[in-house]
Amino acid sequence: MSAPRDRFKGGLASRLVQVGFLVAISVLWYLATTRWGVNKLLLPNPLNVWDQLVDVIAKGEYLNDLRITLTELAFAFAISMVSGTLIGFAISRSPYFTKVFEPLFAGIYSIPIILFLPLYVLFFGLGPASKIALGTTISFFPVVLSTIAGFSNVDRVLVTAAKSMGASDYQLFRYVLVPAALPVILTGLRMGFTVALLSIIGSETIASLGGLGHRIVNLAENMDMARMFAYIVFAIAIAAFLNTTVSVLEARGKRQR
Amino acid sequence: MSATTQQISAPSPGIVLRLKRYMLRHPGVARLGVVLLLFVAWEIAARWFVDPMFLAPPSKVLFAFDDVLATRGVPAALRLTFFELAIAFSIAVVIGVVVGLAVGLSKFGNRSFMPIILLLYGIPQITILPIFILYFGIGAASKIAFGVTHGMFPIMMAVVAGVQNIKPILMVSARSMGASRWQILRYVIYPHMIPSFFSGMRLGMTGVLLGVLLAELYVSTAGIGYFTSVFTQNFDPTKLLGLVAMLAAMAIVLNEVVRRAEVHFARWRD
Repeated sequence: MSAPRDRFKGGLASRLVQVGFLVAISVLWYLATTRWGVNKLLLPNPLNVWDQLVDVIAKGEYLNDLRITLTELAFAFAISMVSGTLIGFAISRSPYFTKVFEPLFAGIYSIPIILFLPLYVLFFGLGPASKIALGTTISFFPVVLSTIAGFSNVDRVLVTAAKSMGASDYQLFRYVLVPAALPVILTGLRMGFTVALLSIIGSETIASLGGLGHRIVNLAENMDMARMFAYIVFAIAIAAFLNTTVSVLEARGKRQR
Repeated sequence: MSATTQQISAPSPGIVLRLKRYMLRHPGVARLGVVLLLFVAWEIAARWFVDPMFLAPPSKVLFAFDDVLATRGVPAALRLTFFELAIAFSIAVVIGVVVGLAVGLSKFGNRSFMPIILLLYGIPQITILPIFILYFGIGAASKIAFGVTHGMFPIMMAVVAGVQNIKPILMVSARSMGASRWQILRYVIYPHMIPSFFSGMRLGMTGVLLGVLLAELYVSTAGIGYFTSVFTQNFDPTKLLGLVAMLAAMAIVLNEVVRRAEVHFARWRD
């Protein structure tokens, strides 16, 4: 009887600590800007940031930047999703090709591909093309690796059983291989989506003509701190929303099986 | 006529077949072949099809390594980047282990602070890169700080996971046999933490590399980021590719060192 109550009390205390942490940060931030005279150029007043955030959203100023970032993301993820799953499936059909290509992809995946950004900029220019290319490259590897892993780890017994019951190639693919491999592939797709988003905002920050990352840098260079913080909050919220959506889709896809 | 053709071409399928058999038995060699093919394709594309302003053939890049290293400031920039990576990684490991132990060792700490750590880890840090530059300047400090914040979270989570995987019975029996806190830490927690600690180190190294290189590319006065932008603006793909190749080699070596350490220290369990 007492054990669950203890656990409940512990849980409540933990929630209190978490809420306290967030409140403490906000209060410290507020006091630092109003009482302790921290330079406004280093840390803007949180209330100002809030006003700016409301202003940005009310005026719809963010629309153009958001559109650019999301378009780049959509292209990059679509290309890497299609190419990654197709190439991964093709490679997974032969254990030999898996042995040849899997370590190769894993090796390239361990290099920080962001290094190649200057090459991409040189090649594709400062516009969206270089971001799409970089996002595609970076998100291709988790997708292809998880597709190979998903399809090559399908239980042999299931395949043999389906074949002995006279399943056609299509039926084998549709009713045995895909359902068995799907959870791993979905995880890879989610990882690919997350890194694509990160690398696109990252490359916009480093060298670009438009997009959310570009806007943040622009405001930083103009020392417009409150508005920059507002855009950072906005970008983080967008990223959180997109990542949560993808995670929910992933969980749903796994459950439907 | 057909007989002679057959006779002439007879040895060639033999070689092809033998090569095929050899490749089938050695996937590693075939992998090397694929890489070589890619380089050949790159060489052909760069030599005859692409504007030399944008792409240099790999043969030229290979011979340009001397040139790149002879460019004033490049060796110092490579050293500086290596130094930033090393410092950032060390700080990330220390913070990661200390926070990870503090959070992981108590049930309450774990339940209270793990969600906060996950929340912070989930923030796309690249959006706050300008703030890092603002606070730490455009020198090495901002790169190190950005590398630390990228590297410490995976290490923290690996340490917490490692501590939690210790069977409670081991802790209880150590305590009932009168082990001190320090002894428990040294003889129970430490050996059990080693495997997950090293897999955390590997993930942490990936994060540190990403953070430092992102900050370098964003703004830099003396590091490799400075030279990549100079080479890009001068449309000098040979030197740019050479520099990027050197950095990729540095990243591969660092990753490989940590990965080897992981494999080595994870062995005692089996």
